[in-house]
Amino acid sequence: MEKTLKKVDIIFEIDKSCSPLAVLDRTLQRPADEIILDLIDSGLKGRGGAGFPTGLKWKFTRNETSDVKYVICNADEGEPGTFKDREILDRVPEKIFVGMTICAYVIGAREGYIYMRGEYNFLLKSLQKKLDDFNAMLTEKGVDFQIYFKSGSGAYVCGEESALFESMEGKRGEPRNKPPYPTVAGYNNKPTVINNVETLVYTTMICHMGPERFKELGTTDSRGSKVFSVSGDTPIPGIYELELGMPLQDFINEFGDGDAKAIQVGGASGHCVPRKKFSDTIIGFEGIPTGGSMMVFNSSRSMYNVLHDYLEFFTEESCGQCTPCRVGCQQLLKGIEAVKKGDKPPAYLNDLKKLTATMKIAAKCGLGQSVGNPFNSIVDNFKEEIIY
Amino acid sequence: MSKYQVNLKINNMPIAVEEGTTILEAARKLNFRIPTLCHHPDLSVAGNCRVCVVEVKGAKLLAASCATPVSEGMEVLTNSEKVRIARKHIVELLLSEHNADCTKCFKNGHCELQEIASEYRIGEHVFLDLVRPESKIQDISSPAIIKDDSKCIRCQRCVRTCEEIQGVAALGVINKGDQQRISTFLNKPLNEVVCTNCGQCINRCPTGALTERNYIEEVWNAIYDPSKFVVVQTAPATRVALGEDLDIDPGARVTGKMVSALKKLGFNKVLDTDFAADLTIMEEGTELLTRLKKALVDKDETVRLPMMTSCSPGWIKFQEHMFSDMLDNLSTCKSPQQMFGAVAKTYYADKINIKAQDMIVVSIMPCTAKKFECERPEMRDSGYQDVDYVLTTRELAMMIKQAGIDFNKLEEEHYDSILGESTGAAVIFGATGGVMEAALRTAYEIVTGREVPFTNLNIQPVRGMEGVKEATIKIKNVKPEWAFLEGVDLNVAIAHGLGNARFLMDKVNRGETNYHFIEIMGCPGGCLGGGGQPIPTSPEIRQKRANAIYSEDEHMTIRKSHENPEITEIYKQFLGQPLSHLSHELLHTHYKPRKRY
Amino acid sequence: MSTTQLMVKDLVKRNGRTRNSLMPVLQGIVQEENFLSEEAMLSVAEELDISVAEVYSTASFYTFLDTVPRGKNIIRVCKTITCHMKGKDEIINALSNALKIKVGETTSDKQFTLLTANCLGWCHKGPVMLINDDIYPDLTVEKALDIIGAYSQKPK
Repeated sequence: MEKTLKKVDIIFEIDKSCSPLAVLDRTLQRPADEIILDLIDSGLKGRGGAGFPTGLKWKFTRNETSDVKYVICNADEGEPGTFKDREILDRVPEKIFVGMTICAYVIGAREGYIYMRGEYNFLLKSLQKKLDDFNAMLTEKGVDFQIYFKSGSGAYVCGEESALFESMEGKRGEPRNKPPYPTVAGYNNKPTVINNVETLVYTTMICHMGPERFKELGTTDSRGSKVFSVSGDTPIPGIYELELGMPLQDFINEFGDGDAKAIQVGGASGHCVPRKKFSDTIIGFEGIPTGGSMMVFNSSRSMYNVLHDYLEFFTEESCGQCTPCRVGCQQLLKGIEAVKKGDKPPAYLNDLKKLTATMKIAAKCGLGQSVGNPFNSIVDNFKEEIIY
Repeated sequence: MSKYQVNLKINNMPIAVEEGTTILEAARKLNFRIPTLCHHPDLSVAGNCRVCVVEVKGAKLLAASCATPVSEGMEVLTNSEKVRIARKHIVELLLSEHNADCTKCFKNGHCELQEIASEYRIGEHVFLDLVRPESKIQDISSPAIIKDDSKCIRCQRCVRTCEEIQGVAALGVINKGDQQRISTFLNKPLNEVVCTNCGQCINRCPTGALTERNYIEEVWNAIYDPSKFVVVQTAPATRVALGEDLDIDPGARVTGKMVSALKKLGFNKVLDTDFAADLTIMEEGTELLTRLKKALVDKDETVRLPMMTSCSPGWIKFQEHMFSDMLDNLSTCKSPQQMFGAVAKTYYADKINIKAQDMIVVSIMPCTAKKFECERPEMRDSGYQDVDYVLTTRELAMMIKQAGIDFNKLEEEHYDSILGESTGAAVIFGATGGVMEAALRTAYEIVTGREVPFTNLNIQPVRGMEGVKEATIKIKNVKPEWAFLEGVDLNVAIAHGLGNARFLMDKVNRGETNYHFIEIMGCPGGCLGGGGQPIPTSPEIRQKRANAIYSEDEHMTIRKSHENPEITEIYKQFLGQPLSHLSHELLHTHYKPRKRY
Repeated sequence: MSTTQLMVKDLVKRNGRTRNSLMPVLQGIVQEENFLSEEAMLSVAEELDISVAEVYSTASFYTFLDTVPRGKNIIRVCKTITCHMKGKDEIINALSNALKIKVGETTSDKQFTLLTANCLGWCHKGPVMLINDDIYPDLTVEKALDIIGAYSQKPK
């Protein structure tokens, strides 16, 4: 299914004829199982990056027996190059609240939390007001569900769902062992649905427009559309909602400055695609999946600096508990420095590549597992820039 | 609740195990050894070191076998190519941030990281050396524990020990990323925080990051100094554990060999803390009865009950920090080690015609907190520091090896006299519940004139490894002078490990209990699980040591403290009677509150 | 009771006396006092009945929960890649010169602390900085200096 770049307007769409609250009213009249079926049918996968089918997540949590369950909105957006959640929180917060409330209705939760990174605290004042109104409205309608804000305090790894629970429980944001998964034991060890901001808005919108219209967009593996955060060497940086499944060449034709030599897809933990591969790289789960970050680098940029920045980031933001990530990140960072300085031979890069293979399969969480993505894609495609 | 059986294959061998079993446990059942570092049988699962990773067929990621439960149909490979490469990488990474100056390390030859490195034949390090120079500055502020961050592999076993077993949480993980490490509140030195010196962290540290402050050279110097008369005392629990560091299986009683070895090392006299344990029972038992009388008969409201034992210096410091409002509940008795020191440098020095200032008292202890205790200002009642040096069981084993003694082949010898005679009641001080049992054997007999009503003197209800134990002894048909105790139910409780102690104290504080007497030992299992005992430790090993202690008791001719003839002598010739003026001067003390946090 | 202790007591009262309240309590203290003092952490430990090492352990994990004294205005300049590409170094140098402090330091009048931060989520409008909770995107050296100037004018 060949797709081309297509801008769409679902997430930020303001439909005067149908408010998010009307969607909520309508949806809460429907049987929970039907809502789950719609979500599964829509093919919606998590928009935070990992891409777990949202409908299944809700279904698993609904099937757990527990007096207490939680809905959590993961607004700890911290992936370098990603800023879409901030825009969504700022512009269409009600759609998030509605998505959470529908989820609560489906799984049987009475409390919901929005864990928002501390860097976005400036949004809190106006958001809190909107949330208070929403909560009051729920109480008025007799819906037994309330939403609360929780703030992060500057720790990228808290975007990892189990680290986020730890943080909410007043602890260091260290990812947990899995299993158990959040659907069984999440926040306070209770069954929990944790969804990305964007995912929750899509659930609202799928409830609004039905799975069919959503499915029309995207490809078999990557249904629907997605919000992209475009930055770097582009004349038009910003937020764009695009249909999934486009070739990267289409993207760069639209957003590039004519001199792009590489695009980092998926943020610091994503993959670097060099110009020669633009036309055969698909953006989507069948190609390169992304939480939405697209960073464009033109020929004036040193890919050594880019990689160095990323590795410095991971070295600092690793929670530090597991060996492959804590020590591995440091070795990769110091390793490329040593190669650059000539303290280690160029062949040392191969040792480091092998190390990333171990990090990918042996680190405790997604952070350590994905550091190899930028490392290998940049080292493989821009070896000269790393060495000389 | 019966659990499902789960069928799986490990290295193609089928096995069925209970639901909830980890891959690591299942593999051990099939005798496949998987290396571990952050895993410890006494602690919660962390899953952070990752050396135990295994391959699960069909899974993209390797699984940490210590943290992954088995599932139906799972096929596990513990030594596939993927696993081997990853494991070797992980060990190499750990070594790259580890100060691998092994020959100069106190744990040389006893280090789990060294063992794995040797198994995997890690040669020249592939990776860059990440050890920070500042991490090599050791924290030597504590008289008991040395902390060396350059040896730390961040397995967090110490942190979990301090929090989960001891409920102290003096150690914590701080910072994140490459700055992450193990430290204290605001990185203060160990002697300025709530550390109780219990040494349980040392027992579980896989490397040389946490070790006891050792006094081996000081003790050798004393032995070689012709102007010094060096006496050594050995704590009850050392005799059932020393063998473990000298190629003998856990649970062996090596009392006679230990005495023999100490003599060969050159100590002038080899004496027994057990003697002082009997002395403690005389003092503490009498103190309990006196407190009961004051409370029940005289209605003296200043008397605090329940009375609590004061043998464990880790527990004392813990109480000074956490429950300082209950310090008056503590028995005023010094610990046996300190009673021994005070008596050695007075009564004993006189007897053998040695000046106290020429005498060096060395203790062999299962404990690191004893190193702190002997330096306390309260412990100088002989006019000198009553106990000069404390060696752990482990340090003694090192000295025996240094001296080239073939421990296994030693003849068994007897302690010197005096201060060498002891009873079965004294040796059980080494196990949780032992002080209670010894005190009851004596107190009950003082009050009723009869032996405690338990088969073979074994007071089973106070024995065992349950965290908190309770028992009630009915006192009947008392002697006339103890009429006030007729028909009284004597309620006692026992806790071991400071986490359990905290739990029990909170209950007492909330007024939910009516105990008269409480025994608390700072370490799991009591002194036999002390911070100075051979490494490794586990519930099984501690149980074996406990069995050995009770067997030692049963093999003693005298099993009640008040029947120790040397005890009778010391009261006749020196102290007068329990709680006498001289006893108070030498054998009793008081403690002061410390900061709670 | 000191003002710090009273404030901690109040924060604990508002957020609940459970471990789950630790983050909001610590965040509340930093809001008031710019950092977590020894006294404040001791007070939190006491109020929540947890070890003070655990309070420190948790706090030290989070970049925004400083345990060393900070100025009244904490400047955090984003240092991650796109802001790097768009000139964060010039901004940092300009601020550093203007305030006469290096990154990590606090001015002698305790008005400003200059720090760097990992991605602040404004990659399309770099370079960017946070001052306390307020965000300043699309920075130029002139703009950054003006902003700092405005903060200096604010009553102490």
